[in-house]
Amino acid sequence: MSLWEYANPAKFMGLSARVLPVVAVLSGVCLAVGLIWGFFLTPDDFRQGSTVKIIYLHVPSAMMAINAWVMMLVASLIWLIRRHHVSALAARAAAPVGMVMTLIALATGAIWGQPMWGTWWAWDPRLTSFLILFLFYLGYIALWEAIEDPDTAADLTSVLCLVGSVFAALSRYAVNFWNQGLHQGASLSLDKKENVSDVFWFPLLVCIAGFVLLFLALVLMRTRTEIRSRRLHALRMRARMG
Amino acid sequence: MPDLGKYAAEVLTAYGASAVLIVALVWMSWARGAKVKRQLAEAEKEARNG
Repeated sequence: MSLWEYANPAKFMGLSARVLPVVAVLSGVCLAVGLIWGFFLTPDDFRQGSTVKIIYLHVPSAMMAINAWVMMLVASLIWLIRRHHVSALAARAAAPVGMVMTLIALATGAIWGQPMWGTWWAWDPRLTSFLILFLFYLGYIALWEAIEDPDTAADLTSVLCLVGSVFAALSRYAVNFWNQGLHQGASLSLDKKENVSDVFWFPLLVCIAGFVLLFLALVLMRTRTEIRSRRLHALRMRARMG
Repeated sequence: MPDLGKYAAEVLTAYGASAVLIVALVWMSWARGAKVKRQLAEAEKEARNG
């Protein structure tokens, strides 16, 4: 059996109907456990005080903001190369989820930055590239809405996605490219010295799992809606023509 | 409720804003999904009945 079989909308609908409830429940459990653990059961940081609790929202949402765009990039490439409609619809379905993740990362970052840096915003490389990524999400969603022909919309949004990938990469690696700026380096690292303390690390991992599963559940749900919407559009066109 | 000290407003605002955004996203995704599913069922019924 090939993975490409799931590019068939009927097969995708069958599989996703079975997978979606499991992923949705797991996502809810991981988010509840991770956030309750992080909020109620972890200590304050010796420098940042209780603001460290924002890490359980800020880091997972920032990770998903970038990873959602990477997923859209892969789906867009599949569309451009193999012309599988489900992949184009999955990319479309992921965009609003990625946009909200980017907004959460920007908002929680600003709220965290104000007491720690003394400012809500700075034109720091990572913050700026994240803002541009957010604007790319808005542009991508607007482009899908603006073009009537779905294949043309899929083509143009795929090209936009390729261009926006530069900023997704910059958002991830900006702190490594430029040394100036307020934003710290990566919170998660395989290097024990750079990584956050274990007391924050374990609940953070559970929250990251929760955000990944939430993203997956929402993309599955929204892709199913896009497939149905495409079929509805085809039926209405057929009825109108005769 | 843990003692959040002088940063209570910032922490609670971050959690509140994130909760609002996530709940809105889930609700809008679910609501649109239910609406399209219902419309498709009606359209398929009409197509079958000619």
